[in-house]
Amino acid sequence: MAEERGWREIPIGGLILEAGNAERYVTGGWRTYRPQVDKDVCIDCLQCWLLCPDMCINVEDGRMTGYDYAHCKGCGICERICPVHAIRMILESEAPGGADEGGCWRSGKKRAPKKGAGGGGRTA
Amino acid sequence: MKRTLALTGNESAAEAMRQINPDVVAAYPITPQTELMHAFTQLVADGAVKTEMILVESEHSAMSACVGAAAAGVRVMTATSANGLALMWEIVYIAASLRLPLVMAVVNRALSGPINIHCDHSDSMGCRDSGWIQLYGENPQEVYDNMLQAVRIAEHPDVLLPVMPTYDGFIISHTLERVDVIGDDEASAFVGEPKPRFSLLDIDRPVTYGPLDLQDYYFEHKKQQAEAMKRAKEVVREVGEEYGARTGRAYGFFDAYRTEDAEQIILCLGSAAGTAKAVADELRDGGRKVGVLKLRMFRPFPAEELARAIGHARSIAVLDRAEGFNGVGGPVCPEVKAALYKAGGADVFNYVYGLGGRDLGPDLIRSVFDDLEAGRADPREAIHLGVRS
Repeated sequence: MAEERGWREIPIGGLILEAGNAERYVTGGWRTYRPQVDKDVCIDCLQCWLLCPDMCINVEDGRMTGYDYAHCKGCGICERICPVHAIRMILESEAPGGADEGGCWRSGKKRAPKKGAGGGGRTA
Repeated sequence: MKRTLALTGNESAAEAMRQINPDVVAAYPITPQTELMHAFTQLVADGAVKTEMILVESEHSAMSACVGAAAAGVRVMTATSANGLALMWEIVYIAASLRLPLVMAVVNRALSGPINIHCDHSDSMGCRDSGWIQLYGENPQEVYDNMLQAVRIAEHPDVLLPVMPTYDGFIISHTLERVDVIGDDEASAFVGEPKPRFSLLDIDRPVTYGPLDLQDYYFEHKKQQAEAMKRAKEVVREVGEEYGARTGRAYGFFDAYRTEDAEQIILCLGSAAGTAKAVADELRDGGRKVGVLKLRMFRPFPAEELARAIGHARSIAVLDRAEGFNGVGGPVCPEVKAALYKAGGADVFNYVYGLGGRDLGPDLIRSVFDDLEAGRADPREAIHLGVRS
């Protein structure tokens, strides 16, 4: 949390005059259930990325790589939409490691790297 | 060019709105406000104003649309009465909290129930702590004058708070009186162009309205609102003086009528002041030292100025056109008593009158002055003036 400012120093009416700063507001602490992805099963179709209401699906080079747990609320939409059932929800209290770790319970190294995003049939 | 017209209170409010030419008006009809919006929507249909008129499905939607439009950075007005204001409730507070300079005419009407369409102040008094500036008008002339001034007060950079000019339902809204109207060019010059500091539509300077505001900053934003309300006093004074210089009709926080040497004073708001002043004149002719303090601005409350203006009196009757249901009387009297706490020894009595449009005639006003002179009233509890026993 940044240093708190006095009433003379802040914009009136609770207005925020800066774009995109919601990223700095850590809201993942509300979460009860944590999504985890099995990268041995995941086909990188990115439907979870498309539907996540909080933009918490990390994607690199067209591949789903895990979660932004600083903002994920644990809503479970990604689990519901996943066509290959690669995502599971576990109780936060039973999650391994720190709050920002453990997005993948299997690495997916068994599978060959896939080019591009989306599409594809069930591969696991 | 100045004109003299015969207008009802609703028509004079519509005439002011025609000259203000607001960018957006969102409203829902409710008696006795309806004729105001009839007249204004006719102006929109005739192309006499460039206003975007939004006909909504409820007052909650009306105020919501007004908040959205004001956040977009344009000049916004609306009007309502009684239950319509009650339905707006949530958004009334939000408009003030977001510091949006809306102007909403409130045509005072008794709140249900039992259902009633006539005047009392229970509607606007109910939202006295919502963060809106409140100006009570006595007659159609003051309605017109207050509407024009309200725009300037609301949009002043030291204020940026919504303003509620109010006037008594039917007694003022539907009564035809002489109204002096300034020229369209003069009115435009007086209200000026809106200069919004922020706009939701400005993509080069994006702004977020209404984010979550918890223990860390909510209190600071409320402090800002409280300070803005304090600063509004000076702005109301300045705008009232400038309006007076332009029109010959200057306005302040209140109108002190024959109070300077008065021993008994009646304090009231709105149309009751006309009757009270007429009775005061009559009693003055008989040698009695009586006066009337008509409070124009209830929010912010001009406590210090009021104490200076009436603190010398021996006894004061505060007339409330709303019951506070607090066991001690109406909403205005406790604030007057607090203002006078260190001002001297005036006895202050509370009269609740005129609920649901019950008439306040000269005889009742005379009985109040008589009570004050004879020391007959009980200062510990409110007297319900004109109720049958």
